[in-house]
Amino acid sequence: MLSRVQVPANARRGEIVQVRIAIQHPMETGYRPDNFGRRIPKNVINTLICRYNGSEVFRAEMGSGIAANPLLQFPVRVQESGEFVFEWRDDSGERGESRAVITVSAD
Amino acid sequence: MLSAGGDGRRTHIVKPLKFMGVPGSLIRNTAALCLLLLPLQTTVFAQTPAAPPRSGIEFAGADVRALQADDFANPGMLWVARGEKLWNTPAGRGVQSCASCHGDAAPSMKGVAARYPRVDAATSKVVNLEGRINRCRTGRQQAGPLRYESEELLALTAYVAHQSRGQPLQPAAKEEQAALQRGREIFHRRQGQMNLACIHCHVQNAGRKLLADTISEGHGNAYPVYRLEWQSVGSLQRRLRACYFGVRAEQPAFGTDELLDLELYLARRGAGLAIETPGVRR
Repeated sequence: MLSRVQVPANARRGEIVQVRIAIQHPMETGYRPDNFGRRIPKNVINTLICRYNGSEVFRAEMGSGIAANPLLQFPVRVQESGEFVFEWRDDSGERGESRAVITVSAD
Repeated sequence: MLSAGGDGRRTHIVKPLKFMGVPGSLIRNTAALCLLLLPLQTTVFAQTPAAPPRSGIEFAGADVRALQADDFANPGMLWVARGEKLWNTPAGRGVQSCASCHGDAAPSMKGVAARYPRVDAATSKVVNLEGRINRCRTGRQQAGPLRYESEELLALTAYVAHQSRGQPLQPAAKEEQAALQRGREIFHRRQGQMNLACIHCHVQNAGRKLLADTISEGHGNAYPVYRLEWQSVGSLQRRLRACYFGVRAEQPAFGTDELLDLELYLARRGAGLAIETPGVRR
């Protein structure tokens, strides 16, 4: 699954940074019929977790009300340099992962 | 032309708009309509827009404009990112990627989308960006052509066109005149159960409301575009087919001469407009 992550490359210790992730996904609601009238099964990204240096900083549990190609944004206070690791999975069982590194200066 | 079932709804939509100043009661009368339109149509055809063209984004709401302006939030950038991967991925029996010949797309593809669609000198057929990409795929890469509206073709087209963002659409070239005239005729031709031509909305009523939407001038400078209605990126031809559906005309298939001619006419009609790919529209 294709995704894009936006994290500032540098930050000061204790600074609050905005973290954004966009994922290409149809977020199929389960209510739509296809061209032959058959119901398209629901397939949404149901869980997304973001860990920063191993500890969970953000979790989203999404349903059929979320638009396709979801964009998620949240603030994180960073104390040390490290890596954001995003993991998510959808109803079809497909998993995705994305990473972004941030350098935190001491002052 | 006027089926019993379609009449009521047709006048409902027509009513708030000013179609050549014909009142709604007259529109019901087919004979009167035809008589009225004969002299008017020729003058409309001859008219050239005096004001410079205005991009569709100027008619969009603040939320849509903000989404297009933010290169991270713009969902179309996901297709551009996919296109960049495909650009560098070898395909077909030739085991070549786009980059094998064209190198870095940023300089090599800059301005290309501003010149497309163009008329191929050998076949004198109109070739759009999608068609050009597929020609490379079948000829150079010896891979199968990508299907119209497939994720791969949309991604590659969006990526290539994105390299020309900010570049103005080019004016018509000499060899394009015949195709341009055909496209111009399609743009001015009444069709479908609604009996409307492109000009009736996109020239005569641009800037006014059609139900909840503001009608744009109908330029293609942001395509392939992310449409919120589609929840996806789509080609200009997909959008054109949606208009055919809207006036209840028979939709030409993807890649047909009619849509290519129309695409070429739209590009030259919008000459000077900056490319916005990937644009965002409702």
